[in-house]
Amino acid sequence: MEQDRRNFLKCMAWAGTGLVWAMNGGVLSSHELLAAPKRKNGFNFVQISDSHIGFNKDPNHDVSKTLQEAVDKINALDEKPAFVIHTGDITHLATAEQFDTAAQIMKSAKAEQVYYVPGEHDVFTDDGKLYFERFGGGPGWRSFDYNGVHFIGLINVLNLKQGSGTGLGGSGLGQLGQEQLAWLQKDVQGLSSSTPIVVFAHIPLWTISLEWGWGTDESAQALSYLKRFGSVSVLDGHVHQVLRKVEGNVSFHTARSTAYPQPAPGTAPAPGPIKDVAADKLRSTLGVTDVSYVAKAGPLAVVDEALG
Amino acid sequence: MLTKRNFLLAFTLIVAGVVLAVYGQGAAKQQENEIVIQNFAFEPATLTVKVGTKVSWINRDDEPHTATATDKRFNSKTLENGDRFTTEFNQPGIYKYYCALHPKMTGQVIVK
Repeated sequence: MEQDRRNFLKCMAWAGTGLVWAMNGGVLSSHELLAAPKRKNGFNFVQISDSHIGFNKDPNHDVSKTLQEAVDKINALDEKPAFVIHTGDITHLATAEQFDTAAQIMKSAKAEQVYYVPGEHDVFTDDGKLYFERFGGGPGWRSFDYNGVHFIGLINVLNLKQGSGTGLGGSGLGQLGQEQLAWLQKDVQGLSSSTPIVVFAHIPLWTISLEWGWGTDESAQALSYLKRFGSVSVLDGHVHQVLRKVEGNVSFHTARSTAYPQPAPGTAPAPGPIKDVAADKLRSTLGVTDVSYVAKAGPLAVVDEALG
Repeated sequence: MLTKRNFLLAFTLIVAGVVLAVYGQGAAKQQENEIVIQNFAFEPATLTVKVGTKVSWINRDDEPHTATATDKRFNSKTLENGDRFTTEFNQPGIYKYYCALHPKMTGQVIVK
C-alpha cells in the first residue's frame, strides 16, 4: 500500500518532459521545456482532451483521477491560463452521470472559462441532447475573440456517415456539414488577414488515417476559408497522442488524452486503447497542452506536458 | 393429374424441406444468426436470413460499439463488452448498418 502510494507520488512529480513548439513563418522549431522563451506579453491557454469519464478498463481504471491530475497540473501553472479548451470525448458513453462527474472535476480548474466541443462519445446515443443541455445549446459551434486572437470551435462529430464498406458510399470520417461551413465562411469574412486564428475541434481537421476514420470530410473546404490568414493553428483531440503537421500557414496539432493512449496510425489492427501500459508509465502517455500567444512575435508556442 | 414425375418432384421437395428445417433448427442452436463485433468489425459483414428471423449482435471488443441502421430503423444503442442486441426482421430487404461511434465499421443484413 505504502509502496503504491510512493509510486503514485513519484508519478505525480513534475517531470518537465514537454517540448515547446514555436511556429515561425510556417516552420516548426522545438526547444526543451526548460529552455522555453519567456513571454513578455500576450496570454496562454490550455487544451485538454479525451477525458472519457466512465472508461474503466486497461490501461486506466480511474480516469476521473487522471482528469483531476490534469486539472491540478493546470492549476499549478506559473501563470493562470486565460481559459481552458476541452476538445471532446468528455465522457465515454454520454450518460448523465458521466457528464456530471466530468463537470464536477472541471469546476475545480482555476480558469475564467472552459470552452467545450463534443467528441463522438459525447453525442452518439442521443445526437448530443445531454451534451448540449450542459455545455451550450445548438448548433454548438462558436467563435470568440481574446486579445486579438480569433478562436473558432467546430463540431465534426454529429451526423457521422457510415464508411464505404458494403457499398454504403460514406466516408466514415468526421462531418462538418454545409450549415456549419456557411457559418464559418461568414464568421471570418470581416476579419483582417493578420488576425491570428485558432480552430479547435474533436476529430482532426487533417487526414491522419483514412482506414481508421481519423480525418474530417469537408475539412479542405473549411480551411479554404482560412487560407488568407497569416497564422492559423488547429487544435484537435480524438487520436490520444501528439501529432503535428504544418501546411503553409496552418499548423495542425493533436493533444494527448487524459485517460488512455491510442496506437500510432497503422501500428495496430484497429484503433482503441493501448492496454498493456505499465502502471508507472501510464501518466507519461497522458497530458495537457499549454499554448501561449506572444502579441508581437506572432507565433503560438504549443507545449505538450505529460501528466508524469 | 399427379404423374409419377410430379410426384417424385413433390416428394424431393418435401424431403429437402424437412432436411432444411432440421438443419435450420440445429443451426439456430449454434447461434447461426449472430453477428460478432470484434476488432472493430462486424463478422459476418453480410448476413442473409429469411423473413421473420431474429438476428443478434454481440460485442466481444473492450470498446463500446453500436449496430445502427443507416435509415435508423433499428439501433442497438451502446453495446459494451458482452452486451447483446437482438432484433427481428419481418420485411424482405437489405438492411445496412454501422457503428455510430466508429462509422468506418459497416455491415448489412439481407432479408429474403
